[in-house]
Amino acid sequence: MRKPYLYVLVVLMSVTIAACGGKKGVKDEGASVEDRGVSAAGTGTGVDAYGRPIGAGESGDMLGRRKVYFEFDSSALDDDSRMLVEAHANYLVNNPTVTLVLEGHADERGTREYNLALGERRALAVADLMGAMGVAGNRIQNVSYGEERPESVEHDESAWRLNRRVEILYGN
Amino acid sequence: MSKILRIGLCMLVGWTWAVDAHAVLEIEITQGVEAGVPIAVVPFAWRGSTPPPQAMSDIIEADLYRSGRFDTIPRRDFLSRPHDHTEVKFKEWRLIKAEALVVGRVQELKANQFRVEFRLFDVFKAKQLSGFSYVVNGGQLRKLAHQISDIIYFKLTGEKGAFDTRIAYVTVEGANRQPRYLLRIADSDGYGAKTILESKEPIISPAWSPDGAKLAYVSFENRRPMVFVQRLVDGARDKVANFPGSNSAPAWSPNGNTLAMVLSRDGNAEIYTFSLATRKLRRLTNHHAIDTEPAWSPDGRQIVFTSSRGGRAQIYRMRADGTNVERLTFEGIENLRASYSRDGKRLTLVTRHNSGYHIGVLELDSKGLLVLTNSTLDESPSFSPNGGMILYATRQGGQGVLAAVSSDGRVKQTLKFQQGDVREPAWSPYNRKL
Repeated sequence: MRKPYLYVLVVLMSVTIAACGGKKGVKDEGASVEDRGVSAAGTGTGVDAYGRPIGAGESGDMLGRRKVYFEFDSSALDDDSRMLVEAHANYLVNNPTVTLVLEGHADERGTREYNLALGERRALAVADLMGAMGVAGNRIQNVSYGEERPESVEHDESAWRLNRRVEILYGN
Repeated sequence: MSKILRIGLCMLVGWTWAVDAHAVLEIEITQGVEAGVPIAVVPFAWRGSTPPPQAMSDIIEADLYRSGRFDTIPRRDFLSRPHDHTEVKFKEWRLIKAEALVVGRVQELKANQFRVEFRLFDVFKAKQLSGFSYVVNGGQLRKLAHQISDIIYFKLTGEKGAFDTRIAYVTVEGANRQPRYLLRIADSDGYGAKTILESKEPIISPAWSPDGAKLAYVSFENRRPMVFVQRLVDGARDKVANFPGSNSAPAWSPNGNTLAMVLSRDGNAEIYTFSLATRKLRRLTNHHAIDTEPAWSPDGRQIVFTSSRGGRAQIYRMRADGTNVERLTFEGIENLRASYSRDGKRLTLVTRHNSGYHIGVLELDSKGLLVLTNSTLDESPSFSPNGGMILYATRQGGQGVLAAVSSDGRVKQTLKFQQGDVREPAWSPYNRKL
């Protein structure tokens, strides 16, 4: 809003960086993941695992919002979501050691595997925009839970609206 | 027409399995047929020191009734209760309009050893169609009852029965914020359930190996979906796919050597094949849309899958090397998660209409789509190995339950487990020896 040309410059630069970076948004961490003894292990919920809200930056109001919502069977970001993601991306650009997990989710309609892929597309849509804003792909890890972790367990449109989301979960 | 068959569970513990004694089950036939073959199943005679460990004739009668092909005659109408050919008076059975008659007896030979005999008669021709004698232990009685049901089914319908098979499914127990996911295996009638995996993270997409000895599935136990293969006899697990991103939707090739699955290692969900022997990957699809839910044709030459490349999810078919992609479904708003019948002529799938997500059958020759269910959140359909029934997941009273429908849509039933949300059923292949 404030300095549009500066903004465009940042976007242009980051597009270049992202293009040079090659792979987008998916962090290779396959080797570092340890298997847990499943029947006994406690792995907790996603939110607890990825830490608590961080201090507010200059776009503090936006940074307090950590959920991006979507239309049914869509991974498109509307204008409001775009602003939200851009605020987080700006924060990440200014705090280059912070990493994050983008957790994609879907509502229960349709099949579980399709929804797993859909949740992933949603996470990718957020990651792509962050990448375009200059956040290096290796700082972002995408995870999809599909329809497996609903925010609301009811079975109506008001619940489904909450469940079609990407959660922005900060690391260190 | 609604009828509840309720049978208490009384299991002898198998040596490798922990059996949940509390898992009482109700099977509710929600829609039946009037035109089934009228059959009388006489309670088997019992000779032994203790009460019989299994009510064999109850299990057989329930199997035949659930198939939708038979009309089981109420026992109160029986004029006599014969147990072998010398005691049968065919006139008595013609009087109550039975066309087929099953009699038998169970004898305790020594501790945990039983002789089971049964005979099947054609009432009108007044002749025996089949008869066998077996010696088994207590833990085998339930399975033997299903095998006898299979023999009766075959003799009377000319088609192979699928009672002596199993189902895999996932239950979720516990509060919403602290769920426990259980991957379970039970007999085809839902009894004898055993937990083979327990996790605090989601488990989805169980898939039987063609020999019935292993299950592939997707587990989120490492906070990211990965594909595992677990051997059922001893529970040994192999993590076959933990590539970056999602690893999901495993499907066995008919020869059991290859898994088709969906990986997002290159950013977007694409279908790959993975050789279990060489651990080599081969990418089959390359499209920016969603490609998922692969399933092999029984001859192993083709793979059907779900793709959103046309805008909405529809079923496509390609050669097993990824070439010759063609769209198969055109009816309905969306079609998802197709899998083949054993004869390769039909697909069962989830079909979305304005009324919701239903189970359907697509005839591959005519491309005709038959919608079988009218509940609105149906998913995960799979054919019984004889193609006669389709097992699927649906919601009833806000809870996930398993249901089955005959592949012509005429008979429907619900399997109600006493606890937990039940989903992701998969019907096993044949090949399970006593």
